[in-house]
Amino acid sequence: MKGLKIVVLAKQVPDTRNVGKDAMKADGTVNRAVLPAIFNPEDLNALEQALRLKDKYPGTEITLLTMGPGRAAEIIREGLYRGADNGILLSDRAFAGSDTLATSYALSCTLKKMGKIDIIIAGRQAIDGDTAQVGPQVAEKLGFPQITYAENVVSAEKGKIVVKRRLERGVETVEGSLPIVVTVNASAPDCRPRNAKFVMKYKHARAVSEMQDASEDYIVLHNDRPYLNIGEWSVNDIDTKAEELGLVGSPTKVKSIENVVFQAKEAKVLEPSDADMDELMKELIVNHTIG
Amino acid sequence: MNNIFVYCEIEEGQIADVSLELLTKGRSLADDLKCKLEAIVIGANLKGVEKQIIPYGVDILWVADDKRLYPYTTLPHTSIIVKLFEEEKPQIALMGATSIGRDLGPRLSSALHSGLTADCTSLIIGDHEDKKNKKEYKDLLYQIRPAFGGNIVATIVNPDCRPQMATVREGVMKKEILSETYKGKVNQIEVAKYLNSEDFVVKVIDRHMEASKVNIKNAGIIISGGYGVGSKENFDKLYELADVIGGEVGASRAAVDAGYTSHERQVGQTGVTVRPKLYIACGISGQIQHTAGMEESAMVIAINTDKNAPINNFADYIITGDVADVIPKMIKHYKLNTK
Repeated sequence: MKGLKIVVLAKQVPDTRNVGKDAMKADGTVNRAVLPAIFNPEDLNALEQALRLKDKYPGTEITLLTMGPGRAAEIIREGLYRGADNGILLSDRAFAGSDTLATSYALSCTLKKMGKIDIIIAGRQAIDGDTAQVGPQVAEKLGFPQITYAENVVSAEKGKIVVKRRLERGVETVEGSLPIVVTVNASAPDCRPRNAKFVMKYKHARAVSEMQDASEDYIVLHNDRPYLNIGEWSVNDIDTKAEELGLVGSPTKVKSIENVVFQAKEAKVLEPSDADMDELMKELIVNHTIG
Repeated sequence: MNNIFVYCEIEEGQIADVSLELLTKGRSLADDLKCKLEAIVIGANLKGVEKQIIPYGVDILWVADDKRLYPYTTLPHTSIIVKLFEEEKPQIALMGATSIGRDLGPRLSSALHSGLTADCTSLIIGDHEDKKNKKEYKDLLYQIRPAFGGNIVATIVNPDCRPQMATVREGVMKKEILSETYKGKVNQIEVAKYLNSEDFVVKVIDRHMEASKVNIKNAGIIISGGYGVGSKENFDKLYELADVIGGEVGASRAAVDAGYTSHERQVGQTGVTVRPKLYIACGISGQIQHTAGMEESAMVIAINTDKNAPINNFADYIITGDVADVIPKMIKHYKLNTK
């Protein structure tokens, strides 16, 4: 049986789970420079589902697609280290300021250029926005069906896919037809670690925009070993309408952004002493808050 | 035309709470805009469903009743709503930020080429000026949500595309019946005309609904832990206190991510919104995505080693100290005082 053609959609995100005090600039904008950039966690769950399909169906090819600045090539390397076959970095100033709809548009135009695809797998949502919109929007733009909240892609054969989904109040097993978009939940298995063999093979893999200041030796190395060249596409490599891209192509506009201002409230300050805890418990019992 | 639509979710014959909450919010927005409130319900065996919906102040209810439409699958629900919206041209469409709403909403927004804002914590009507293009807009929907890990609150508008779409989590808005005798009209949708033959390529082959094991939403007392609790062992002390004083255990996202407890206990923007009479925040710094889910608590006790933690701004009692030290003392003195 011939393998599947799978594309994993992934995003490099600022690690919003570890936001320190210097994360905000004085003008109230986010200081991205101080936030570590990471592989969006649920996209790693998605990659693992793709890798399991590759284990199960030999000949399967996994391409990791990400949109972002040059440094987003880091997550393509992460994907290669774990077993993805290749990657495409979609990078262009024309995409700056995209909301979820304009992002989905750019990704769907890219996917259309990538030839026949059986399954597109993405994380349910990215931690910087938590919107969970891009997967279903890409599916709609390609005219593919979608299965969201996947926990386990059970099988994908003979043009059919069976997926177990995790919903708020239970689980559902659904069958769909290929090609399809699947989005994966954090409750799915974690991604396998890097494979030492792949790290050795791909540690010098670079996208074009990372090669600007490369030495002569490095360029020779890349000419000898074409698999080290991470595909990098700009807006010129895909067919798009300018009015659908970036800020202009985004129906949602940010009207205002406020730093979080907390309202002041009179509070009683207590010591963690026995005396103060005894006082507190007495008060709470007397005013019927507890007990 | 140009009314407000609320998508009503239905499970085992019951309209979801979040949909009813959105009907109440939709009613007040419709009053502000002097337009009508419409609702749409899609499912099977929906006879009499209007009794659950119209009393919330719904002027027109659209019903798509067909045995193929339950349980929910993406494509047929999308086809019906896209076609209906193209005919009715709503200015605003609201849905729950649930498994269903977050699956359906983006699909709709893509098909209709309209903006969708996820997980709004507040929706109000206001004007907008586009300074760059020198255009003024009257009566837009301000979609307000915390963003970027809760460090900022963003107000989002959709100036040019309709409908303006937003999802809201359960429990964020209040539900309130307007009048048991409210007069609304029911329109049956001719389902066959709205569906495409390819809409049923995804089939549900097995489905077992399990009631959520933990229900912190209705708890009167919540003892919530954050990353500052420090370990799973320390987190167990929160369960002890909850047992003793009769409460439930909640958590911040950081604590869930750290593996101290499960997601169903998460309070905040991407978890549950709670309004208990007592909220004890243990080792929680108080980022807005968390406080958005607990700020209406009647009383807040904050236990934190950082005396400047933002959570203290919400607190009635601030205890500056280590959770592992304070909680056992609270248990001890509660027991001493209730003997």
